[in-house]
Amino acid sequence: MKQNKKWYDYLWIVSLTYLILGFFNILFAWLGLLCFFIPLIISVTMGSKSYCNKYCGRGQLFALVGGRFGLSRRKDIPKWIKSHYFRYGFLIFFFAMFFLMLWNTYLVFAGSKDLSTVVTLLWTFKLPWHWAYHGTLFSDGVAQFAFGFYSVMFTSTVLGFVTMLLFKPRSWCVYCPMGTMTQLVCRARNGSSPHNT
Amino acid sequence: MRKAVVDTHVCVACGCCMKVCPRKAITIPKGICAEIDQKLCVGCGLCAKECPASVITLEVCEK
Repeated sequence: MKQNKKWYDYLWIVSLTYLILGFFNILFAWLGLLCFFIPLIISVTMGSKSYCNKYCGRGQLFALVGGRFGLSRRKDIPKWIKSHYFRYGFLIFFFAMFFLMLWNTYLVFAGSKDLSTVVTLLWTFKLPWHWAYHGTLFSDGVAQFAFGFYSVMFTSTVLGFVTMLLFKPRSWCVYCPMGTMTQLVCRARNGSSPHNT
Repeated sequence: MRKAVVDTHVCVACGCCMKVCPRKAITIPKGICAEIDQKLCVGCGLCAKECPASVITLEVCEK
């Protein structure tokens, strides 16, 4: 089916580039903050999920690899993953881990901890990543945040990739913490039903 | 005729359905859940197939 593509239908290239850049210089990880702030700003100021709906490069990447390239079983996602308990639970867990990462960054900034040049996969496995670190002009904490943030992005991409293979291409969207959070923001802003004002 | 129906309670408002709908019958008003314009829906089922949470079903409706 031929569709009119818009400029934002190519944002998967940006997501892919981001992941690749992290293999060369970890400081590029800072750019990932855009994927945190843009959806939040859109949901808070405009009360919509147009980030998810249109601009999310990661979703497009999964749709492309799982959909167009067919790397997906296209099975229904288990009920428990789409339950509110799991989605909100995962959001809380994800943010707890995020704040732990911020705390570690702070410790490096404060000088009470040494920079650790690893990317932590699935909050557990420490992958050596020193080859993507070429020093920083500022504090070591700047690099520590980059390693921490890249860990978050890498972990969520790997998780999304696994569920893409097992279930439908964009299964990540079901439990994506940003998606859950922006939906909560929209609910709070607009009332729980789309027809409430 | 069959039409697509969204289980709004579990919809994650990701917009995958909106992207595949050939009739542009789906919107995500206010970022809460997908809404299908029953007048435009032709029941093709593309959205149901695409929905990552599998919350869209095709249901027989009168008329």
